Amino acid sequence: MQTLLRTPLYGRHLALGARMVPFVGWEMPVQYEGVLAEHRAVRADCGVFDVSHMGEFEVEGPRAAEFLQSVLSNDLDRVEPGAAQYTLLTNEEGGIVDDLIAYRLEAGRYLLIVNASNRDIDFRWLKDRELPGSDVRDISDDFALLAVQGPQSLSRLALDDAPAFTFAEGEIDGIECMVNRTGYTGEQGVELLVPAEDGAALWDAVVARGATPCGLGARDTLRLEVCFALHGNDIGPETDAISAGLGWVCALDKDFTGANELRRVKEQGPESRLAAFVMDEPGIPRQGMPIEGGGAVTSGTHSPMLDRGIGMGYVPASRAEPGTEVTIDLRGRPRRAHVVKKPIYEREEDG
Amino acid sequence: MAAQESYPDELLYHREHDWARIEGDEAVLGITWFAQDALGELVHFEPPGDGDPVAKDGIYGEAESVKAVSDLISPLSGDVLEVNQQVVDAPETVNEDPYGEGWLVRIRLADPAESGELLDAAAYRAFLAEQ
Repeated sequence: MQTLLRTPLYGRHLALGARMVPFVGWEMPVQYEGVLAEHRAVRADCGVFDVSHMGEFEVEGPRAAEFLQSVLSNDLDRVEPGAAQYTLLTNEEGGIVDDLIAYRLEAGRYLLIVNASNRDIDFRWLKDRELPGSDVRDISDDFALLAVQGPQSLSRLALDDAPAFTFAEGEIDGIECMVNRTGYTGEQGVELLVPAEDGAALWDAVVARGATPCGLGARDTLRLEVCFALHGNDIGPETDAISAGLGWVCALDKDFTGANELRRVKEQGPESRLAAFVMDEPGIPRQGMPIEGGGAVTSGTHSPMLDRGIGMGYVPASRAEPGTEVTIDLRGRPRRAHVVKKPIYEREEDG
Repeated sequence: MAAQESYPDELLYHREHDWARIEGDEAVLGITWFAQDALGELVHFEPPGDGDPVAKDGIYGEAESVKAVSDLISPLSGDVLEVNQQVVDAPETVNEDPYGEGWLVRIRLADPAESGELLDAAAYRAFLAEQ
C-alpha cells in the first residue's frame, strides 16, 4: 500500500470535517460543506484552497534565464522582476510536459510553480537539460501554498489591488508570505506562498477573515467553467499547445524545445482543437466520453453557475467553431451539446 | 439543507443502499441516507422510462453528483409506473429528504415474494456498521 503525502494543513482539513481523497499521491480535501456551496462562495465572495501539494522549484545562476528560455514556451525576457508568466514545458514534439507559472524573483533567480502530478517528471526534465551556470532545486517541501480567490478576496485580506501576474512580499495578520496575483478560478484573488511551518497559522488567519474553505471538487468546477486546462486531462505530452488553444503562450519567434514542430502545426493549422461545449440536453459529460464525429471529452462536469453539463474536448478543427452542434455519448445515450466561445462562464460586468 | 442520518423502520433495504416502500402490489424506490451522503449533492437523476421493466438487483437509472456517478440498483422487480419529476427537475431533493420528497420511482411489483430477500432497518444498520 502506498503512503499518501500530507500537506502542512492536513490537521486543519480533518478538524473542518473535510472529505479526504487520494489525489496524485496526496491525501487532499475534495470538499468540506459541499462542492456547490464552495463553488458559489468563490464566485460570490471568497474561498481558500490548500494547494500546498503543488511543486515549487527555484532556478538560479548566471545562465538561469538562458536555460529557462530554452525549455519554456513563453518569452521570459518580457517578464520584469516582480512579475510572473503562464508558460509551458514542452517536449520535442511540441507536446506539453507541464503547464506552470514562472516568477522572476530577481536577475538570475526564478521560481517555478508546477502541477503536483508532474513535480518529479518536471524536476528530472529540467535537471537533464540544465546548463552549467544554472541550478534547479526542488523546494516544494519547504512551503505551503494557499489560493484565496473570489471578488471579495482582496478586501477580506485587506490587500490593495495589483495587476494580474505580479507578486510582492507581503503579510496577512503578521504572517509574512509571497503574495502572487494568480489563480485557477477566473476570479480576482491571490496565491500565498508561505514557509511550511507558518501554513496552518496563515490558513487560520484567512479563514478568520471570512474565506470559505474549498476543496479540490470546487477547484475543478471553477477552473472548467472558465476553460483553464488541466494537465493530464485537457493537455499532456501527446497534445500540442496550438491544438490546445495555448498558442498565446508560445513565443514562436524564439527557440525552445519543440518550437519547430509548433511552428509547423501553426502554419498548417491543427487537425483538431480543444473546444468548450455546453449541454443542451440533460446529463453530465465526463472524461473519456466519445464525441460523435470524432474526439472525446477531456474534462466534463456539472456547471453550478449554468446549472447544466459543460466540458471540453478535442474535435476536428472544422467542428470547433462556436455554435457547432455536437452529440456526446453519455454512457450509451446520445445527448446534444453545442460548442461555445471560451470561457464557458463569464461574470456579467456591473453597470 | 442536508437531511440527518436515518433509516426508517417501515422501509426495506438493499445492500447497494437502495430502499423500497411496499404499498400493496406496488413499491416506491429511492436511495438511502448513506448513499446520498457518499455521493454528495446530486446534480442529475437519469430516470428510467415509464413502463420500463426493472429487475431485482438490476440497474434502473443513474444518480450523479458533481464528482461521481452511481448506478441505481432496484431492490425489486417490476415495471415503472411513475418517475418522480421533482427529482428530475431538482435532484438535490434527494439530499434534503431521501425517504420522502426525494423518492425516485414507483413500480408495479412483478413478484412480491422477492421482498423477503431484503433487509429490515435493523439489519441494514448492522450491515452499514460492518462497512
